[in-house]
Amino acid sequence: MPYTAATVQLLSPEGTLVHSDASEQYLPYVEKLSDDALHEFHRHMVVMRRFDIESANLQRQGQLALWVPSHGQEAAQVGSASAAKPQDHLFPSYREHVIALMSGVDPITILSMFRGLSHGGWDPQDHDNFHLYTLVIGSQTLHATGYAMGLNLDGRVGTGDPDKDTAVIAYFGDGATSQGDVSEAMVFAASYQTPQVFFLQNNHWAISVPVSRQSRTPLYLRGEGFGIPSVQIDGNDVLASFAVTEANLDAARAGQGPRFIEALTYRMGAHTTSDDPSKYRDNSELEFWAQRDPITRFETFLRARGASQSFFDEIATEGDDLAADIRKRITELPVPASSTLFDHVYSDPHPVMDAQRQALADFEASFEEGH
Amino acid sequence: MTETMTMAKALNEGLRAAMGLDSKVLLMGEDIGPLGGVFRVTEGLQAEFGDKRVLDTPLAESGIVGTAIGLAMNGFRPVCEIQFDGFIFPGFDQITSQLAKMTARHAGVLSMPVVIRVPYGGHIGAVEHHQESPEAYFAHSAGLRLLSPATPHDAYWMIQEAVASNDPVMFFEPKSRYWQKGEVDRESSGMPTHASRVVREGTEVTLVGHGAIVSMLLQVAELAAEEGTSVEVVDLRSLSPIDYEPIVASAQKTGRVVVVQEAPGNVSVGSEVAATVSERAFYSLEAPVLRVSGYDTPFPPAKLESVYLPSVDRILDAVDRALAY
Repeated sequence: MPYTAATVQLLSPEGTLVHSDASEQYLPYVEKLSDDALHEFHRHMVVMRRFDIESANLQRQGQLALWVPSHGQEAAQVGSASAAKPQDHLFPSYREHVIALMSGVDPITILSMFRGLSHGGWDPQDHDNFHLYTLVIGSQTLHATGYAMGLNLDGRVGTGDPDKDTAVIAYFGDGATSQGDVSEAMVFAASYQTPQVFFLQNNHWAISVPVSRQSRTPLYLRGEGFGIPSVQIDGNDVLASFAVTEANLDAARAGQGPRFIEALTYRMGAHTTSDDPSKYRDNSELEFWAQRDPITRFETFLRARGASQSFFDEIATEGDDLAADIRKRITELPVPASSTLFDHVYSDPHPVMDAQRQALADFEASFEEGH
Repeated sequence: MTETMTMAKALNEGLRAAMGLDSKVLLMGEDIGPLGGVFRVTEGLQAEFGDKRVLDTPLAESGIVGTAIGLAMNGFRPVCEIQFDGFIFPGFDQITSQLAKMTARHAGVLSMPVVIRVPYGGHIGAVEHHQESPEAYFAHSAGLRLLSPATPHDAYWMIQEAVASNDPVMFFEPKSRYWQKGEVDRESSGMPTHASRVVREGTEVTLVGHGAIVSMLLQVAELAAEEGTSVEVVDLRSLSPIDYEPIVASAQKTGRVVVVQEAPGNVSVGSEVAATVSERAFYSLEAPVLRVSGYDTPFPPAKLESVYLPSVDRILDAVDRALAY
């Protein structure tokens, strides 16, 4: 899907700032950023892409049951998540590895899910309020909306206190827009005027089904239909992703209700390592998006601003170090003890869990004692 | 001090008490505000606690449950009302795939204190989707607790215990009992939430049931007594987990067990009770554990519900069959 006049783009594919009617209101959000902040964007994108490539390799080598590549979507994720304040809450789908790592989730924790060792297990409160992955498509948009309803009820919106006013970002994909839950989330968000941003990463494919099968209208117009101010951005432009998300989060925190951002991006790899994209999409499409790669264009931009070669060398090394680290640690992960099956199914004591935990322990012990 | 009130009123009073105790308790559902719910269980609560504590929601069951999950993540204790049993399925994914598993996925750092109230069951002559008993779907899902009160007293206390639970609770309200009056003792403490209870003692046959069926079992016991048969009646109260001790003890005493429910019998709560009693009381049984249930068909048009639902006669017939072994 090509960009249109309505698509907000601040950084062109050639790596230069874009001055247009659509971009003017957002450029001040970029102009206030220091060089360090801009370098941080790039560092996240480069290191996370290296992580993503290494994870896909680990899957090919049998160390992971599955991998969900995020290659190509770095700008949408880094830009939007960088716009969040510490008190904001982020509800991901399952491809937001970049944001997970930015939020301080140990990359090995993400990999342990795909290795079959856990279903998540981190505490969002300890990880910049980055919530757990959700595999059922679109479900998390309702959780995000409920959380945002609670912010309204608690009066943590529109107070003018920058450390108190809080918003929520719900991440989802183009396929999810066909799910009833996403529509219901927008109904609730509009009805209760929740402080949240619906952040759609339109990567153009729901496994093998193109976005044209999900919608006959540009997806950002869906938000408008629910009474939610909506905007489409170039999702491979980290500056647009950051600036537009920050502007909309500010509005949400100020009590102006929900917002909807459609980020046009592209997953360069497979949906997961289980599918073969060469069966369902053309090389010409891949080439179109390769020329709009989020990392190369931002590198050009940074070099023009005077970023040194040593900076790029350092972050490449950081990526390699992370890759080596996870490669080493992945094989050292222990399989959880059998008894953990029964842990945490309920918060309060539960007689069935107690009885079955004991029965399994007795069964296992019978092998040790008997022979 | 005991008061006489209907089950609907007892639930209303129980919710009022729970909301008064904890400002984080809020109610959400369709038509529960000014209308007070289609069964008036939430009557007056929005006027008393305000529209930030009693939320009239959009008409969307998945939305109600899904946003309740988010509210619980944010420290609230939502009590959702699903308007009728047969309308719960649009919310099924959020209940079974999300709500039930949230605590386990979070390795215990997150609790899900959400209650989902479901008016359920037949005997009211309603149209399609308004008389069903879907409890087995949820009993099958780890992470959920299921409760169903049979009396106003239990309704008053059990709804408060459900709200106080840190786990998600499916609270099945036997809608045909909403208008039945009974004694409520507000100064007792109620029974432990997950305890089943012998509600009538007997020596020859044990009848086990829950919800609206319990009063029918007591009628059966009366009639059987007139014929000289001594029947014991157990009210399950909790459908997940099930408290088997009183049931197994009763089976060991009487040697004969009949499980009765409105839901279809295939792969049901009653099936589970029958299997477990067979495992735990095998040498005490004089007859196989029998089931009386709805048939394995869609719930029929109302004029046929008396055929479909367990009746006093069908239960008496099962008692006779058990005694015949």
